[in-house]
Amino acid sequence: MISVQEQDFNQQDEYDRLKCKTSIGAIVTFTGLVRDINHGQRVSDLSLEHYPGMTEKCLTDIVEQAKKRWNIIESTVIHRVGQLAISDQIVFVGIASQHRGDAFAACEFIMDYLKTQAPFWKKETMSDGQTQWVDAREVDQEALSKWIIQ
Amino acid sequence: MIKVLFFAKLSEQLGCRELQVEATAVEDSDQLFQYLTEYKAEWHTILTSQLCLKAVNQAMVNDNVLLKDGDEVAYFPPVTGG
Repeated sequence: MISVQEQDFNQQDEYDRLKCKTSIGAIVTFTGLVRDINHGQRVSDLSLEHYPGMTEKCLTDIVEQAKKRWNIIESTVIHRVGQLAISDQIVFVGIASQHRGDAFAACEFIMDYLKTQAPFWKKETMSDGQTQWVDAREVDQEALSKWIIQ
Repeated sequence: MIKVLFFAKLSEQLGCRELQVEATAVEDSDQLFQYLTEYKAEWHTILTSQLCLKAVNQAMVNDNVLLKDGDEVAYFPPVTGG
């Protein structure tokens, strides 16, 4: 399941949805939250813009790539857009597999790809009321490079 | 027509989110980019002073690609989701 949505999501509901078959032996989930500090500056809230249409295609493609590399029985990717407050949930990736190794790897792979490929952009409002677009980080590109098959 | 979209910081700087360009005005994405840098006086500096990623028909591309009537081309800064 892939969803780009404004509304929040519920961890238990997502976990229950992933646990859909008796062959599943491992579920790994990742949740990204809005942090109150970025580069030492206090953040008061966050807005997320995306490219409707391309975003969904891109997330579908990332999950398809993961399915070619690991055993994935069920998967969920949810990414929120719009206005978010501190500690709000931004993103959820859940992978259900037969074994934990596949679930851990696929979950991390999807997050690393999502952060560098999926067309989302964050804009922060700082505590002094100033707004700024978040810059892409080198470490996210480096995280991606470990998945490239030589 | 070719539908041109801008997102995030880039759309704010240009003061434009969407633009239609006559398909006969440009043959490929390099020509379209050149066309856009000349569209308004300040656009050249904005478009050439930062890394602009490009998607053609909602797929990211690095190289120059031929364009046809009905194509959608988007420009945006490096992504920061997750």
